[in-house]
Amino acid sequence: MIVFINGENQQIDSGLSIEKLLEQLDLSQKRLAVEINQDIVPRSEFPIHILKEADKIEIVQAIGGGSY
Amino acid sequence: MSDTNLNQPLVIAGNSYNSRLLVGTGKYKDNVETQLALEASGAEIITIAIRRTNIGQNPGEPNLLDILPADKYTLLPNTAGCYTVEDAVRTCKLARELLNGHKLVKLEVLGDEKTLFPDAIETLKAARILVDDGFDVMVYTNDDPLIAKELENIGCVAVMPLAAPIGSGLGIRNPYNILTIIENANVPILVDAGVGTASDAAIAMELGCDGILMNTAIAAAKHPVLMASAMKKAIEGGREAYLAGRMPKKRFASASSPIEGTFF
Repeated sequence: MIVFINGENQQIDSGLSIEKLLEQLDLSQKRLAVEINQDIVPRSEFPIHILKEADKIEIVQAIGGGSY
Repeated sequence: MSDTNLNQPLVIAGNSYNSRLLVGTGKYKDNVETQLALEASGAEIITIAIRRTNIGQNPGEPNLLDILPADKYTLLPNTAGCYTVEDAVRTCKLARELLNGHKLVKLEVLGDEKTLFPDAIETLKAARILVDDGFDVMVYTNDDPLIAKELENIGCVAVMPLAAPIGSGLGIRNPYNILTIIENANVPILVDAGVGTASDAAIAMELGCDGILMNTAIAAAKHPVLMASAMKKAIEGGREAYLAGRMPKKRFASASSPIEGTFF
């Protein structure tokens, strides 16, 4: 099924949890936050939250920044 | 009371800080330079931005949070690049999730791409939403004393008027406005944006600012680590000068040495 990850279409298997997706993307060890359809998914729910068709997923992290 | 007791720590949202220099972590050459500059600055509060992870690129790249230990620094996520209330609020919520419930944030809602001036109206709206949601909001604003006071009334824990546009290095453009904001305030007032060199920082502190947030002034200097050190000293010096109560300016001279006892 198709989902959107950080603005890009991606083909993923149905029934994937966020935890499994992050594993597949090699992001398991990273300090991240995940938002799906503009709702934040707490880290504790990563193993149980199953992705759906057309979910808009944002995966974000902290980076260096001043203002702007 | 000894003179040295006058110099008290900076208190924001109930936490004490010895350093009144807050530093951004953007625009440095690399992580090593970032670390060295932060070290030299003596900063305890540092800002970070929240952005999409690059998927599939640089898998081994150290995460910024790995090189900036949370036990050494107070991380201040900002809403850099946000032009709408919605984006700013989303960013703060994601930052809170990323940092395990950490609620201190720096709010900025920009209004214009050229000047990066804050959109005062949207900033007020975003501040209300975030304060109601339990965030401790430090808020970037223009140097309008009425807006500054309203942001304080909304419940922001600190108000941060700009000295000049972000990254412009122009120094304090409007010292009397900053002075008015400080005089009216019951929360810490920190200058945010526009500082260019050490004297700008000292001037801000001499007006009575509680602290200064800067990024470009250090990162874009020819020798950032040295500039970080200069800023640290300038802010300490400016703060002490302010607390010391400067001498009045006089039109004419006033001799420093006695007339009696002259042998000529």
